[in-house]
Amino acid sequence: MKTKMLLAGVTAGVMFAGSVLASTLDDVRARGKLNCIINTGLAGFAAPDDKGNWTGFDVDFCRAVAAATLGDADKVNYTTATGKTRFTKLAAGEGELLSRNTTWTFSRDVDLSQTFIGVNYYDGQGFMVPKALGVKSAKGLDGASVCIQTGTTTELNLAEFFAGNNIKYNPVPIETNAEAQELYKAGRCDVYTTDASGLYATMMSFDNPSDHMVLPEIVSKEPLGPVVRHGDDQWADIVAWVLRAMMAGEEKGITSKNVKELAAKDNKDKEINRLLGKDPLQGLSKLGLSADWAVNVISQVGNYQESFEKHLFPLTIKRGMNALYRDGGLHYIPPIK
Amino acid sequence: MTFFSNIWRNEKSRELIVQIIVLFFLGWFISWLVMNVNANFEALGKDISFEFLFIPAGYDINQYLIDYNNRDSHLRAGIVGLLNTGLVAFFGIILATVLGIALGIIRLSKNWLASKIAYWYVEFTRNVPILLHILLWHGIIINTLPHPRKAISLGEVTFLSNRGFYIPKPLTETGIELVYLFFVIAIIFSILFAKYCKRKQDLTGIQYPVFWINVSVICFLPLIAFFISGMPVSLEIPALKGFNFRGGMHMSPELAALTFALGIYTAAFIAEIVRAGILAIDKGQREAAESIGLKPSKVMNLVILPQARRVIIPPLTSQYLNLTKNSSLAIAIGYMDLVATLGGISLNQTGREMETMLIVMLIYLSVSLSISALMNWYNSKVKLVGR
Repeated sequence: MKTKMLLAGVTAGVMFAGSVLASTLDDVRARGKLNCIINTGLAGFAAPDDKGNWTGFDVDFCRAVAAATLGDADKVNYTTATGKTRFTKLAAGEGELLSRNTTWTFSRDVDLSQTFIGVNYYDGQGFMVPKALGVKSAKGLDGASVCIQTGTTTELNLAEFFAGNNIKYNPVPIETNAEAQELYKAGRCDVYTTDASGLYATMMSFDNPSDHMVLPEIVSKEPLGPVVRHGDDQWADIVAWVLRAMMAGEEKGITSKNVKELAAKDNKDKEINRLLGKDPLQGLSKLGLSADWAVNVISQVGNYQESFEKHLFPLTIKRGMNALYRDGGLHYIPPIK
Repeated sequence: MTFFSNIWRNEKSRELIVQIIVLFFLGWFISWLVMNVNANFEALGKDISFEFLFIPAGYDINQYLIDYNNRDSHLRAGIVGLLNTGLVAFFGIILATVLGIALGIIRLSKNWLASKIAYWYVEFTRNVPILLHILLWHGIIINTLPHPRKAISLGEVTFLSNRGFYIPKPLTETGIELVYLFFVIAIIFSILFAKYCKRKQDLTGIQYPVFWINVSVICFLPLIAFFISGMPVSLEIPALKGFNFRGGMHMSPELAALTFALGIYTAAFIAEIVRAGILAIDKGQREAAESIGLKPSKVMNLVILPQARRVIIPPLTSQYLNLTKNSSLAIAIGYMDLVATLGGISLNQTGREMETMLIVMLIYLSVSLSISALMNWYNSKVKLVGR
């Protein structure tokens, strides 16, 4: 209740301020740094490396937006947020961008006055089991004890899946991810369930990750994506097109290695020319971006594939739904013209 | 002027004025709180409504004493949670009382080792927070006991594993009515026999071993009926099927850990209360009882404890209340009590923080007041009757 109260007040304040004062882009340029809200720590998505620098798939997106708007991917201040505080922090102006594996739902989009600008990771609730259990499918889990993290939509997804398949289970509800992991490792539960990406990240933190596996069934839709505040369409467009530029990079074979070279020459594929600033891209000035915005993004951060492979392949996550449409995935971006 | 100063100088009216002023400010503060909540709710476009109690809860609960499935309402989920709270409080109070009284008496024993062990038990146990007790017992159970597939088997009918304890479940068949009937007869006989012996003792001074005779009657009479009617009870023996044991009666590791932790922790406090109660009885009482030739056990049971009870009951009540309220820490290990169901998952799924919390608070309040009332009634039965 408090959270929502604060949200409502602050959102109103921010919207009012936004219409009078400078735009979000101007704020970022004036500060010279992008404030980006990320996870408190989830391997592969946002976690500090051995030098203490934030790294991960979600962190890369913060860097990409900084590269497009400021020309330098390193000009980012990171703010961490838990699942509960993330929307409050965004609404309160602690960041211009929320890049924290956030599920896009109706009530979050409409009721909390956020703008979801796209999906950068298609996720869904899955099940992790020890391989020794000999289970190949979630439908074979009849009678199993299942550890759940409470306080999410997980409980309802789980109840619906088991009831729908007419099989029984024994729920073990646990407050935090860390405690649930301990119970799973001690063998209190046969199964641990949360978003599949979280399962892979958890699994890789175990001593013997290869002793565990994620079952093929995904029982819910969890489209994760970056979020910005309602009310500044220019900023929302910038963030949206940075994401699309990264995907276009993969689609057109533009990588951090060859982007400079491709930007310098006249390509047969005119879409590459428009993306990399060789040919004019009509309306770019309305976004307030320079012609080399996409070159900066891809040369400093990489395209979608590079970021995915760098951070998520070590977690043994496959492309699956997150492949481009032409490879059988769901990522299909509008043409750049 | 003199009228007011007279009122102020009068002790009675002065007290009244002060009380009225305090009451006024208290009332003002409470109404300010209520209005503040109302205003904030209005600003949010929220209303206070309890309709969510009747929509399907949608989640499953792993232990239910009444029938429950995920299509039942939030209200029913809350009742299931309340019964789970009641269950663990019930077991915990029994364990704490038995253990606490035993330790309290042992601590006063002349045996140096026994008394020191009781002393260290009390000191170690009550100086560690209850949450750590709960986590410790849960950790012990799930980390030291084996997986169900390698469960420790006691005679192939009872199994211990890190998923809990499984014991055979008695299933009654036709003919069991005779056993019940004999049981009731045995109870009635015992009561009458005890009254008869009491009167006999009052008149003649002759004592009978009433307790042992009654215990034998209550045990053997139904047993005879059991064999006469052809053993109308079968046992449902737990068996490993798939991931877990099925059938039989099951006690989850969470329930076991919570019962142990609450019982053992509270027992330390009860031991001290019992010790204080016994020490409060004048030494002369014990000496007098011993001098008329009573055995030590009789001295304790007939002279010391009945008097100590008066000192013990009021603080014991507050320990029972503490145990019941501490059971709300169950959420730490995933035992689905009232706080975990209605005050946890229901709250999260419906977004009705204010309503669920109000209900949970009211329920704890009424449970505590009921225990309090029960103990007060018992206290008034045993207290010193003024003559």
